[in-house]
Amino acid sequence: MNTFKLFLAGASVLALSTSVNATDLEVTHWWTSGGEAAAVAEFAKAFDATGHKWVDGAIAGGGGTARPIVVSRIIGGDPMGAFQFNHGRQAEELIEAGLLRDMTDVAEREGWKDIVNPPSLLDACTIDGRIYCAPVNIHSWQWVWLSHAAFEKAGVAVPTSWDEFAAAGKALRDAGIQPLALGGQPWQSSGLFNVLMATLAGPDVLTKIYGEKDADLAAGPEMAKVFQAASDARSMAEGSNVQDWNQATNLVITGKAGGQIMGDWAQGEFAVAGQTAGTDYTCLPGLGMREIISTGGDAFYFPVIDNAEITAAQDVLAATLLKPETQVAFNLKKGSLPIRGDIDLSAANDCMKEGLGILAKGNTMPDVNMLNTEDTNNQLNDLFVQFFQDASITPEAAQERFVEIVRNKD
Amino acid sequence: MASERPNRLYRNLTAKIAAIPMILTAVCVFLGGTAWTVVYSFTNSKLLPRAKFVGLDQYERLWGTHRWVVSIENLMIYGICSLVLSLVIGFVLAALMDQKIRFENTFRTIILYPFALSFIVTGLVWQWLLNPDLGLQSVVRSAGWVSFNFDPLYNADIVIFGVLIAGIWQGSGLIMVLMLAGLRGIDESIWKAARVDGIPLWKTYVFIVIPMLRPVFITTLVLITSGIVRLYDLIVAQTSGGPGIASEVPAKYVYDYMFQGQNLGQGFAASTMMLLAVLIVIIPWAYLEFGGKKRG
Amino acid sequence: MANPISLSVTAAAIGTTRAELSGPRGARPKRAISPRNVFIYGTLLLVSVYYLLPLYVMIVTSLKGMPEIRLGNIFAPPVEVTFEPWVKAWATACTGLNCEGLSRGFWNSVRITVPSVVLSIAIASVNGYALANWRFKGADFFFTVLIFGAFIPYQVMLYPIVILLRELGLFGSLWGLVLVHSIFGMPILTLLFRNYFTSVPEELFKAARVDGAGFWGIYFKIMLPMSLPIFVVAMIIQITGVWNDFLFGVVYTKPDVYPMTVQLNNIVNSVQGVKEYNVNMAATIITGLVPLIVYFVSGKLFVRGIAAGAVKG
Repeated sequence: MNTFKLFLAGASVLALSTSVNATDLEVTHWWTSGGEAAAVAEFAKAFDATGHKWVDGAIAGGGGTARPIVVSRIIGGDPMGAFQFNHGRQAEELIEAGLLRDMTDVAEREGWKDIVNPPSLLDACTIDGRIYCAPVNIHSWQWVWLSHAAFEKAGVAVPTSWDEFAAAGKALRDAGIQPLALGGQPWQSSGLFNVLMATLAGPDVLTKIYGEKDADLAAGPEMAKVFQAASDARSMAEGSNVQDWNQATNLVITGKAGGQIMGDWAQGEFAVAGQTAGTDYTCLPGLGMREIISTGGDAFYFPVIDNAEITAAQDVLAATLLKPETQVAFNLKKGSLPIRGDIDLSAANDCMKEGLGILAKGNTMPDVNMLNTEDTNNQLNDLFVQFFQDASITPEAAQERFVEIVRNKD
Repeated sequence: MASERPNRLYRNLTAKIAAIPMILTAVCVFLGGTAWTVVYSFTNSKLLPRAKFVGLDQYERLWGTHRWVVSIENLMIYGICSLVLSLVIGFVLAALMDQKIRFENTFRTIILYPFALSFIVTGLVWQWLLNPDLGLQSVVRSAGWVSFNFDPLYNADIVIFGVLIAGIWQGSGLIMVLMLAGLRGIDESIWKAARVDGIPLWKTYVFIVIPMLRPVFITTLVLITSGIVRLYDLIVAQTSGGPGIASEVPAKYVYDYMFQGQNLGQGFAASTMMLLAVLIVIIPWAYLEFGGKKRG
Repeated sequence: MANPISLSVTAAAIGTTRAELSGPRGARPKRAISPRNVFIYGTLLLVSVYYLLPLYVMIVTSLKGMPEIRLGNIFAPPVEVTFEPWVKAWATACTGLNCEGLSRGFWNSVRITVPSVVLSIAIASVNGYALANWRFKGADFFFTVLIFGAFIPYQVMLYPIVILLRELGLFGSLWGLVLVHSIFGMPILTLLFRNYFTSVPEELFKAARVDGAGFWGIYFKIMLPMSLPIFVVAMIIQITGVWNDFLFGVVYTKPDVYPMTVQLNNIVNSVQGVKEYNVNMAATIITGLVPLIVYFVSGKLFVRGIAAGAVKG
């Protein structure tokens, strides 16, 4: 095994230094919306510049569609060169089964330990002291995006917090505007709920419930308030009738909806539509309730492939993804925060700067994906997509089922 | 006899070799694969299959899961409606087609063509037709009936019927053709005798013809049922299981948990339940058909 | 599910239906225009509208521009006919960075369908021949298992086949999918061929044996030439079945070898900005075109394919 590793390292150094061999590397991801596609093109450009070739394996339909394809291809013995996951527990078992490459060598050579900020990002890639993934960005969920045009039409001032937004719901509805845009995909519903939980009840509650399976807390009065807020959100979201998150964002962009609770990736859509933060739309981190962002995000993993050329190309890709220029170009398009604090983001818009400020202050919390397995997330998806689409489920009944999931989670 | 033995063995050797693909498929894939799934449904396999047995845990969780229960309910509603409607529509259309009509071929072509289309195509077309803002509903509304409300794909209470309309559209032509084949097989003398006896046409159908078509009905019944249990593509294309989880079906549960939720054990348990449902239909039928024959 | 036609024939064939497809026989009295005829034709015309409507809407939608769709009535014929959506659906519609439209999926489907049809028919015809004419001990058992296999929900075998393909090193490749289609097409096709070969007169077979012809000799010289119609029926079943498959395509392949159905679902259900219904409908028609052509060209043979089992039993 050691000689094998040595051989791999040797091969990769060789490839790095000469880079004569152009290798096709298939990269799988689920970035298919306008802003996302523009961002991933930056990665492709940077990787192609190294002399290799980025073969795009985009899978439409979001993580829910893409993850199964990635996993079954790896299990099926036909792995791609690299793939994107949300780092956290999604790749846990693949790593344990030895199907993903240990990238520690690259990480050490590139000094990831010193540049990745916050360090918790790299921790999420680390199992038993070895690094298995390359984090590329920080995404936080706790944002609400508000359309100035919509509030103007309704004759209400643009809210500065979730409470104000909720209070404006009726005025928006009366003006013929959809108060809250929410897509039909299950993850959007559970995401919305988790945001409400993190901002209304606080990050500690979320961490305790998901991280320590605190079922009593989940059944308690604090969470009852969150469920009540979720029920308000539900009535505001009634009639959205869209499926994809970017369709929902589009409702906000076009002023058909008042706002949307969605992660910072929504920003890419506003950028593609040529809108400016502060004049066309407003973003409220932490829903204006609590200055907090989660530090989830995307990371690239590299399956074990018995081919020295591909291995070398994987190393090059991993290194390229974290280079300062790549980080700037990619994150500006994607609307996410870079994983290193030492780069110049003066080109960032106001929303991103707010995010960077919160990050600098250290007001961060772990992402749900780091605390929950996909199995638990899937159960939460099922619960909340039903809750948000079916007004006959009372908040109390939903809370009971929530407690049940927390109690049995692994 | 003794001399015939090696001869027979030799003679069948080529046949046996030629049948190897079939034997492998039957034993390795159909029997082996099914057994494997059933066995692993008793484990707590997550992302990867692991032979760590946990008894009936997966089944307990399965039946305690709302989405699974909704899936089963949907399947029951869809199944019963689809069964009844397919049989009724198929039979009535076949009976009409059997009246020595003109343009029989044209009508048959029209009724059967959706069957050539995939469920994906079917689902997408009906998704478009049932689009509340631009489809059927808006057309009726703009024609003057402003309060007309028909948005099955966005209404959790009736979404499964929106799927049903598409399913019937795709599949009823097949039932019609099978029924028609059955009707054509009925002896002319039966009709004559009924007419001579002055039995009204509808009575002839209900009391004489339908009982005679029992085998066709049973065949179509088995066929529709095993098709219903597999219902998947149509849902994926038309509703993605929504709104909420209102149009979820077991086959989708299996796929989602097996590959997406990274909980293979759940997926295996759910697919084993699907297998059980099919067996409940198939075994009595096989017993009736083949068991009956042997006795006869 | 992915192969509804196959399923139907199996079921029909196992059933004891004895029917003929020769059209109405005998002399039932024909009356002139009467309430009865009005009722019959009226009903059939009404039903035809239900069946034809989606096709009509697909076609007119695909020929309109987006502004016209947004303002107009989905049933209205296009005011300004445009083929732009067709061009876009075929050549430039995007999933992710790949903006090659459906064309790639089309050629993938061709590359999947052709070998699947050839391989599965080759295997099944030999199987059917062996079962019908060279019965060996245990054959009935395997055959029964095979037929039951047609009814087992595919979901039960999804994962074991992932493992099987991995062990064979075929996962994710076109050949892996070809193999899967051949496996799942086998029950119905084998049944079809077995039933057909059983009906070949025993004397022919015996005469050939006396002349010293062996297993393959009889198959190629006697059985094959005699059974061209059933080969055509089998081809129709397989082409439509494989072309229309979605589940296997999505589980056992990767994006660059996605068959057309999977790509279609991706294009339609993933949106950048606004949904382009005209492009979606053009894409939908293009995907349905191949089985529709097979259907319209084969006409009665298609019906025969469906009811094939029902004729013999």
